[in-house]
Amino acid sequence: MTVDAHPAPLVARPARVRPARFLLPLYTWLVIAYTIVPIGVMVAYGFNRAPSGRLTFSWLGFTTEWYRHIFDIADLTGALVNSLELAAGSTVVSLVLGVPLALALARYRFRGTGAVDSVIFVDIAAPSVVVGASLLSFFITLNVARGLLTILVAHVAFNVAYVAVIVRARAVGLDSSIEKAAADLGAGPWTAFRTVTLPLLAPGIVAAALLAFAMSIDDFIITQFVAGQTLTFPLWVYGAVKVGIPPQVFVMGTLIFAAGVLIAIANTVLQRRTTL
Amino acid sequence: MEPRRRTLAPYLLGMPGGVYLAVFFIVPLFAVLSVSLQTGNPDTGFTLTWHWHEYVTAISQYHTQFVRSFFYAGISTAVALVLAYPMAYWIAFHGGRHKSTYLLLVLLPFFVSFVIRTLAWQFILSDQGFVLGTLKSWHLLPQSVHVLSTRTAVIAGLTYSALPFMALPLYVALERIDRRLVRAAGDLYARPASSFLRVILPLSAPGVFAGFLLVFVTNVGDYVNAAILGGPGTTMIGNVIQTSYLQNFDYPMASALSSLLIAGTLIVIYLYARAFGAARIQEYA
Repeated sequence: MTVDAHPAPLVARPARVRPARFLLPLYTWLVIAYTIVPIGVMVAYGFNRAPSGRLTFSWLGFTTEWYRHIFDIADLTGALVNSLELAAGSTVVSLVLGVPLALALARYRFRGTGAVDSVIFVDIAAPSVVVGASLLSFFITLNVARGLLTILVAHVAFNVAYVAVIVRARAVGLDSSIEKAAADLGAGPWTAFRTVTLPLLAPGIVAAALLAFAMSIDDFIITQFVAGQTLTFPLWVYGAVKVGIPPQVFVMGTLIFAAGVLIAIANTVLQRRTTL
Repeated sequence: MEPRRRTLAPYLLGMPGGVYLAVFFIVPLFAVLSVSLQTGNPDTGFTLTWHWHEYVTAISQYHTQFVRSFFYAGISTAVALVLAYPMAYWIAFHGGRHKSTYLLLVLLPFFVSFVIRTLAWQFILSDQGFVLGTLKSWHLLPQSVHVLSTRTAVIAGLTYSALPFMALPLYVALERIDRRLVRAAGDLYARPASSFLRVILPLSAPGVFAGFLLVFVTNVGDYVNAAILGGPGTTMIGNVIQTSYLQNFDYPMASALSSLLIAGTLIVIYLYARAFGAARIQEYA
């Protein structure tokens, strides 16, 4: 039996007043407002005056000064650069490792499928503090000095799982007969993969790459454990909490936020256009 | 599926990623266990002595923080569930053409660094911040009211960071419900309340459990909310682990605490996987 997942909408019964009519939308907007308030605070305090260069909790007046002096704090800028490099690096490595893993899981049933599945599951569900603490213990045991490289290793360790899950979901939905058709038409396995499978997988790979990049740039807990003396953007911000936050932190946060939202919207629009 | 010939392909494809996860995720979990059974100090080095006393000390000294972590995580997860469910329901069933816009709005916090979000709450909840400051200047609140460094502030922060992680699996589960089942309930004269309770709610249960697991486990181990929004009386187990590792360099104690936390969360995850299957969570993660 094949069913249409979205049949015609329910016909409302006119006699009954339904709370769904006005209460639920009102409620939804209230929760959304609650969600957005801290983001608004971040954007607003990026425009707050701060004579000492550190923000106070009170509002002292509007200024665009911090947007003009965004990169004035050298070690904050350095930490941001570290974060961007780590995000790019861990995205690439986790795609290289995760996409084939996803294909293996989606296309074949092999010895160890269940084990790999469980490991991916635990990797995603485990609390960050556990992942960070265990990697630190591991590096201590092996006497590995902590720095950019150990952070990269850690970021790949959680990103591989996300990439595998997202790309696999896409690969499972693909019709493998298309690839067989390519083979019947004389394409070798590699050509069939490159010209047929890869383009079909592309939206999944792009989504996985975006998520991996975002997870890496945002990660704080795992990074703090394996960073040694190296600072990333979130680590720098955390360290500044006690001494006072310079407005540039909120400016950078705002710009990262804006870039993320724009990319997410662009990605959705593009995918909608290509699938229609 | 390629049933015709046995092939090496899946092993070749899966090997690099699988080995990576084994070396940098599974082996480290055992490294924690090994370090927790070592004795020594940062200057002379640590040797494996199989002494279990760190565990005895860990439990006797820090059971308050363990209990507190599970308590905070439980409350914040429950509150996030109650907050998110009606919203996820409305977006899934009545969102219409704007579903993805609403969803984007709910997920906006994902685009702000976790530390900055928590910091923003510190600005909001501080005594001079615009909420308490304004209320106090209008004499709607006595000067003695503080929110920061209380339990309330930490739980509120945990709830806030949990909200999108809770809303997303709920939405996915609700969105999947076959609308004809709901219509059938109506045709059989079920009142909206009972068709919700007996059709929609049970069918959305996988999303509820997935959200609950993801959020609960994340919040049990969190220490950022407690560090930024909390005070001396709100220390969670994550804070203790972080300090033991990174400030006191007491690796055996830190590892013993981590092992206990790993054991606790693995039990929760295992029970979940038993009940709902490991593949389930991946659909919602």
